[in-house]
Amino acid sequence: MSYRFRDLLALEPLTADELGFLLDQSKPFQEIQKHPLKKLATLRGKTVALAFFENSTRTRISFNTAASRLGADSMNLQAEASSIKKGETLLDTAFNLNAMKPDCFVMRHSSSGAADYVARHLDIPVVNAGDGTHEHPSQGLLDALTIRDRLGTIENLNVTILGDILHSRVARSNIHLLGKFGCKFTLCGPSIWVPRELEKIAPGVPIRCVYKMEEALEGAHVIIMLRVQTERLNDPPLSANDYILLYQLNAERLKLANRDAIVLHPGPINRGIEITPDVADGPQSCVLEQVTNGVAVRMAILYLVIAGATESGTHPALEAKPKESANATD
Amino acid sequence: MLLIKNGRVLDPVSKTDAAMDVLLDGERIKEVGPAGEIGAPAGAQVFDAKGLIVAPGFIDLHAHLREPGQESSETIETGTKAAARGGFTAVCCMPNTKPVNDNASVTRFILDRAKATGSVRVWPIGAASLGSKGEAISEIAGMKEAGIVAVSDDGKPIATAKLARQVMDYCRSLDLPVIEHSEDVSLAAGAVMREGVSSTRLGLRGMPAVTEAVCVARDVQLAELTGARLHVAHLSAKASLDQVRWAKSRGLRVTCEVTPHHFTLIDEDVTYDSRFKMNPPLAAREDRAALLEGLADGTVDAIATDHAPHEPALKEVEFDRAPFGILGFETALALALEQLVHSGKVSLMRMVELFTSGPARVLGIQRQIAAGQPADLTVFSADRAWTYSVDESPSKSRNSPFDRRKFKGGPVATIVAGCTSNRIGT
Repeated sequence: MSYRFRDLLALEPLTADELGFLLDQSKPFQEIQKHPLKKLATLRGKTVALAFFENSTRTRISFNTAASRLGADSMNLQAEASSIKKGETLLDTAFNLNAMKPDCFVMRHSSSGAADYVARHLDIPVVNAGDGTHEHPSQGLLDALTIRDRLGTIENLNVTILGDILHSRVARSNIHLLGKFGCKFTLCGPSIWVPRELEKIAPGVPIRCVYKMEEALEGAHVIIMLRVQTERLNDPPLSANDYILLYQLNAERLKLANRDAIVLHPGPINRGIEITPDVADGPQSCVLEQVTNGVAVRMAILYLVIAGATESGTHPALEAKPKESANATD
Repeated sequence: MLLIKNGRVLDPVSKTDAAMDVLLDGERIKEVGPAGEIGAPAGAQVFDAKGLIVAPGFIDLHAHLREPGQESSETIETGTKAAARGGFTAVCCMPNTKPVNDNASVTRFILDRAKATGSVRVWPIGAASLGSKGEAISEIAGMKEAGIVAVSDDGKPIATAKLARQVMDYCRSLDLPVIEHSEDVSLAAGAVMREGVSSTRLGLRGMPAVTEAVCVARDVQLAELTGARLHVAHLSAKASLDQVRWAKSRGLRVTCEVTPHHFTLIDEDVTYDSRFKMNPPLAAREDRAALLEGLADGTVDAIATDHAPHEPALKEVEFDRAPFGILGFETALALALEQLVHSGKVSLMRMVELFTSGPARVLGIQRQIAAGQPADLTVFSADRAWTYSVDESPSKSRNSPFDRRKFKGGPVATIVAGCTSNRIGT
């Protein structure tokens, strides 16, 4: 099997087999993260453009680290330093970066569909690192990898997503991935952030919207917390205190879920708003594993879109394993 | 003189559907008679329209010609050329130009430019409020004297119910229709498409269907209060159509128009391509079904294009940053044939009505094929196969979602004031 697309713009169009393939490809790269020497030569000589038109810390650093560990160079565009403010269009900026001949264009943008739009005009692979309120494919993959590691499977789980689902690209990518493996979803949060239309965004996937936290947590195997974008509180009108009262995940409420339930959060966490510190740091939390897995998933993505089309055979992480790693303990 | 012979004349006013000859003498129709009975006078041009349909000149109640002020997107010259190619003999141009057409000087400028460069008749619509800002009423009487045919703050509704009432009151005394772009702007704020499963899936901000209907409800009530002629522009939602139906059942002077894109496409067709972005946005499946029903049963008075050119530099951006609107002139008739007539939902005669006597009634004028009437005719084919190519359009813009669409039937000749303004090979 190989990855059949040039780009990675969304998880929605991928089949369960293709998603499983991406996860499997990430596995050896997970091992790399445990080695004392983590740098491969797989993409040596290749260049990854990291075009972040919207602020991002962890995703940008994660992609940068992934590129670097594959031996690739990266060029960085950050919103603050860009010519966007000088009036250049997105497409012109993309064409200019492309003229410096990168081999892949990783982009984050505040407009839904922006990566899709750029991909229609560029001749190199485009990887969506988050577009508006649409999708965040690498986050969806790293979440699935984390769940599979902890629970041993991503099939037929009860997944509860809490928070501002309407504006969450993470939630959409989670639904489009895990939904193809038979997971059932319960979405919960203030009704203005959890419109009923969400129940139909992935035909065939059982999704229900509920507005009571207790109802949402019952029987959950996986709880995915979303960051409450504090700038969105008050617009729509909702007080932070009311949010905490109704929807904060605390130890007491976590008991309503399955005993072995795990808690994920894409970060950054607002401690004391959507989640209490004891839960965020507790044994059921996977927050830091998610971050580690993020690098592995992004290595797999970059490898597949840049080299995957032309190379086959042994997985590069196995083939080019750093020699020192033989004695490494982890 | 121009003799159009052997055509199938379709005239909704006289209910004529027969092979007829039509003789045009300058700006007027001179004679209409059964095919073969009118001899060509010496020196007359003869147009054999056998196999074609001859209809009264099409009127578009809703277009943006962008002149003055946004000539890089369209001018009166390029816009009316495109209108002629679409079979329209007259277009009503919305006042949201730069400057806004809110006084007689701008109206006269538009009419002067139309006279100098236009291919079809241009009937300006004046702004309801100064600068279309929704604060103070504009110089409506002066504009009427200069030649406007209606008023509107198109692009947005008349801002407040109070001002809308004043405008309606005033326009009643001036016998001008008030055309409303019906939208509750607070519900629409920030939205780029219709709210529903599609917007939720795409992560694009949606406006609910009632965004339009709550404004139509307001205006219908004000039309009853004032007795004004209210025309609802580019009606897109079932709920709004129900309001219009209710108003009509009460005998109010309320009319409405529907665009070809709203009776052809739905929100499920939207992709991240900004050619699918317009306002009102593409509606839900059930809305489209309701529009088709309204077009068939007479609730809808006219098909109007909302031709809204935007130069590529403006439209070639992220979906949520692109301006609203698409081209409309050249695909309107073909889409109507495809969606309404060939699908069996609407008779050919009714479709012609929606392009001719329907909009004429909204404006309070008459359009039919009869001696003494203006020599404006639209000759079209109901079956000629062709492919729309936006790159061949005389418009300065390219924002059409129908580029490369294959059609069955379309305009053949557009005759304005006895002159052939556009002719496409049969």
